[in-house]
Amino acid sequence: MLFFSSSLYISMYCLLPDFKLSNAYNFNLTCTKAASIISSRSMDFPSTLFVPSRTMGTYEPIHQIGLWGENFKSIGSPNISPSVIFDVANKLENESETTSHELLAPSSKYDQEASKPFDKIQRRLAQNREAARKSRLRKKAYVQQLENSRLKLIQLEQELERARQQCLYAGGAIEVGHLGISGALNSGITAFEMEYERWMEEQNKQICDLRSALNAQISDIELHILVESGMSHYLELFRMKSSVAKADVFYVMSGTWKTSAERFFSWIGGFRPSELLKVLVPQIDPLTDHQILEVCNLKQSCQQAEDALSQGMEKLRETVSATLASGQMGQGTYLPQVAMAMEKLEALVNFVNQADHLRKETLQQMSYILTTRQAARGLLALGEYIQRLQALSTVWANRPHGPAKLTVENVR
Amino acid sequence: MDKVMRLASERGVVLFSKSSCCLCYAVKILFQELGVTPTIHEIDQDPEGREMERALMRLGCNTPVPAVFIEGKLVGSTNEVMSLHLGGGLIPLVKPYQTLC
Repeated sequence: MLFFSSSLYISMYCLLPDFKLSNAYNFNLTCTKAASIISSRSMDFPSTLFVPSRTMGTYEPIHQIGLWGENFKSIGSPNISPSVIFDVANKLENESETTSHELLAPSSKYDQEASKPFDKIQRRLAQNREAARKSRLRKKAYVQQLENSRLKLIQLEQELERARQQCLYAGGAIEVGHLGISGALNSGITAFEMEYERWMEEQNKQICDLRSALNAQISDIELHILVESGMSHYLELFRMKSSVAKADVFYVMSGTWKTSAERFFSWIGGFRPSELLKVLVPQIDPLTDHQILEVCNLKQSCQQAEDALSQGMEKLRETVSATLASGQMGQGTYLPQVAMAMEKLEALVNFVNQADHLRKETLQQMSYILTTRQAARGLLALGEYIQRLQALSTVWANRPHGPAKLTVENVR
Repeated sequence: MDKVMRLASERGVVLFSKSSCCLCYAVKILFQELGVTPTIHEIDQDPEGREMERALMRLGCNTPVPAVFIEGKLVGSTNEVMSLHLGGGLIPLVKPYQTLC
């Protein structure tokens, strides 16, 4: 086993006529690396010849080193005069762009003794260099292939987008719904989704504020400010929904921006107000008798309005279906039917707006019936209920196959 | 305009509607649930339909139909009817005309 300290080599390297201090660091590194590499190889020859690597930036003519052999034990001796030049093994070479090294030219002094093992090591070096070169070429080819595929993908995406636009405007296979939409609709939805993300962040912050405020027993005046922010925050959501409904009413109907459990309870693009009342009223206890009566009436009127809208929606579905199915089928021509159905479908925007109007009104009426403190508790309960639905969606999505197990890892 | 005013000032609950309008259908259903039978005028089936539509717009309705009048006074369209109902103000207005089974 060869033992040598890298610091020793640096000091030895200093003996070279063209010694550069800047190379010393690299040299040190390569020494250490080379040491581990060389020591792991079978040592069938005592001498080791070293060539400076190009990474070290040295291009000096190679200096032959003396044989180590028996001199091995005297490695610690400061009297060793010959400089040491390292051969950086192929493992180090792979990171460089070098293609060829200056071959070691055995000095005449060592000819007879060093030539045989020298040839062997030369062959090995050449093989390693060749392998490294091939590896680099393979890598280059692979990267080239990746680049080409990437370009192809971009081209295909552009073609697809163009084809979609053509379909939409030429009236061929008309795709309605947010999967096959034009750029204008897309940007409306993208804008909404970004806004909603921010809205949700603000919502969660407000819930935290409400929670701490109610626990801290702050004054009614301060609580009123929080309640007002909460109310206007919901009004902001309705404004956002109204805007995106104009761009794509089906997007609002599908509730795509919501989590799966929220969508499960979806009624014309949002929650059913009467359902929410059922959830929240027990949280706002205690209520005065008068309040109980008013809330009861509100719940009933809400349900009646919901029923009326639901039946109106059912009528709309029947109308669109009947219009679309009118005339003969089987000929593959349907543009007149589709055009007529489009007209009918425009009423859907009105229904979505009406449903949101109902939600707004319910919220408004509750704020009239309740005290500030009760309203705060109501808003907090509403926020937490939605958070629970969102948590349910996450846990459901991550459930293991088999019986659902609620573990710490599942719940975020 | 005259026809609209005349029809609107009839006693009771008057609803201007179109047979094809699904939102009008929803308002009809709501009155049904309250036990009220409004007088319904389908203006798309009326020869003076266009004129009536314009008249309703001039009276302040955003959309000509549905338009609800109670005791000759304009209540409004779906929005106003819903708000009124949730606020508890619709039932007192229609109480004289409720025929509860």
